[in-house]
Amino acid sequence: MSEIKLEKMDDNRWLLPQTGGMRVPGMIYANEKIYQLLKGDESARQVANVAHLPGIVNYSLAMPDVHWGYGFPIGGVAAFDLDGGIISPGGVGYDINCGCRLIATNLSLGDIKNRLSDLTTALYQRIPSGVGSTGSVKLSGKDQKKVLEEGSKWAVKAGFGLQEDLETTEDGGAMDGADPEQVSARALERGKQQLGTLGSGNHFMEIEVVQDIFDETAAQVFGLCKGQIIIMIHAGSRGLGYQICDDYLALMVKHANETGIELPDRQLACAYLDSARGKNYLAAMACGANYAWANRQLLMHRTREIFEKTLRMSPRELGMRLVYDVCHNIAKIEEFSIQGKMKKLCVHRKGATRAFPAGHDALPARYKSVGQPVLIPGDMGTGSYVLVGQEKAMEETFGSACHGAGRVMSRTQATKVSQGRSIARELADQGVLVMASSKGTLREEMPEAYKNVQDVVQVMHESGIAKKVAKLKALSCIKG
Amino acid sequence: MVKKGRRKAPFLIVWRKLVESFILGYNLPMSNYKFFDHTADIGVEISGRTKKELFANASNAMFDILIESNDNKSTSAEKTQKRQRTVTVDGKDPEDLMINFLRELLYWFNGTGWIVSHCKIMECGNKRLKAKLMGEPYNKKKHSIKTEIKAVTYSGLNVEQQKSGWRARVIFDV
Repeated sequence: MSEIKLEKMDDNRWLLPQTGGMRVPGMIYANEKIYQLLKGDESARQVANVAHLPGIVNYSLAMPDVHWGYGFPIGGVAAFDLDGGIISPGGVGYDINCGCRLIATNLSLGDIKNRLSDLTTALYQRIPSGVGSTGSVKLSGKDQKKVLEEGSKWAVKAGFGLQEDLETTEDGGAMDGADPEQVSARALERGKQQLGTLGSGNHFMEIEVVQDIFDETAAQVFGLCKGQIIIMIHAGSRGLGYQICDDYLALMVKHANETGIELPDRQLACAYLDSARGKNYLAAMACGANYAWANRQLLMHRTREIFEKTLRMSPRELGMRLVYDVCHNIAKIEEFSIQGKMKKLCVHRKGATRAFPAGHDALPARYKSVGQPVLIPGDMGTGSYVLVGQEKAMEETFGSACHGAGRVMSRTQATKVSQGRSIARELADQGVLVMASSKGTLREEMPEAYKNVQDVVQVMHESGIAKKVAKLKALSCIKG
Repeated sequence: MVKKGRRKAPFLIVWRKLVESFILGYNLPMSNYKFFDHTADIGVEISGRTKKELFANASNAMFDILIESNDNKSTSAEKTQKRQRTVTVDGKDPEDLMINFLRELLYWFNGTGWIVSHCKIMECGNKRLKAKLMGEPYNKKKHSIKTEIKAVTYSGLNVEQQKSGWRARVIFDV
């Protein structure tokens, strides 16, 4: 970030002053330690690039897990005015509605200590993961259309879950405005066989234990207590989502000249929100989002079955309930107060999580008193966090917080650093049992490849965007 | 940090590829690409003496990220499954052409399970490219997938002619 100068605003925020073609300034959430890491990559430049896009409101933002992405930085948040603003497929990402799902249980550590290996093996064997994996549900054309229109609602109707699961899924697991007609034949083809699969890369499923509680009231409302066993799922829209993004990026680049939008980076290709192309992308993106919700719903359903079978316990005994499901790669039309007036904006969250505060209309009734659960997976060794959205997020970050630890090492670097080491054994020494279909993935995803999630979460906590509720420690992890 | 592209071709494979290229009339582009570090993704810097060679090398680089082939494990019946396909791609400039070419080949792999092993660029203008591609269906006995590529990105994309030939930088989302 040689030419980009950041100005310290306070202990947790840095201002990227408005220069050149930037329409607004940038703001990066980082403490001193994270700020030093920013110097090593191009993410600040990417924050500045996003600030060039038409209709951007207030700031081009980056959360403390920010790192060098393509086009938008990962951890980037930007909101655009419906009047004169744009939508950018690159601002959502290829993995549309990549997100996390947290499942609580009635089990405590003592209940599964001796069965952890059996449970993890069963999950590893029965949950399809890895590159090119296919799911047990083969969709007909008609069913696929329903999945794209109804998301998790389709899954629950088809018997893959409970009605109550929908209440604690962001948007009830189905985004409005989905139109399968706007999805290409190629994307549909890729989606037919991948429903109910975890995928590869940083996607995972973990059995975790609640290690610490920071906010007793919120934890109680979310149904979390110390020593409790929970399950975290991180997955997205698989090939269908990648293809939708790729198809629309090509279209938007092709017609960049038509729209006359000047782009500092072609990956930021976009269309005006009120144009046919912009509307079509939103309708196709909603299909990708719904596919991802149905995917995580299926993964949760299989997990319930596996726990019941392996532990020989009834659903009632296990009490596996969905705490929350959030997406962290998405664009959404939401309402915010801008200079005292309520305004509808298109908020892009590229590796950022919605973090609505107590009382917000979009929250399920049971969480209205405390705010929305914000799920932050960390690296395999350090653990994960549950936060709760705060009013400050509405004022500063368009109701958004970070989405994870954020990479600090490239995959090549991680592979090199881990040469001659057994990452699985090192994690086993820390009490984390890992099963991965690819040793390469395990090395790329080694704990050192990520920032310390505690630092990232602390920045959100101290800046009042989202408060810490609970810390979770991984007991076992399955990866693609 | 820069890492050299893979160049481990045992004598027999090299010989077979030479014979194949002689019989089929395919170019044998040199392994002219190296990977560069990018925090979330994989970047590759490709070079070629000519623009045609640059595009052929780009195809090789992408399939090198995706696949590890082990010809020794395949039966003779499996070896004969190789067939030729042609592709025509349009783009508004060489950069756009590069992305559209690679995204087409990536779809062949991600969408239909087809792996390109040799690439010959027949025509390469500024806005259109025609290529003949030798390849085969994915076979888990013979191919292991190294890294999933979600997409070929426009981010930091660059294709340019230099004194010594052509050079491109492409970042893949993995």
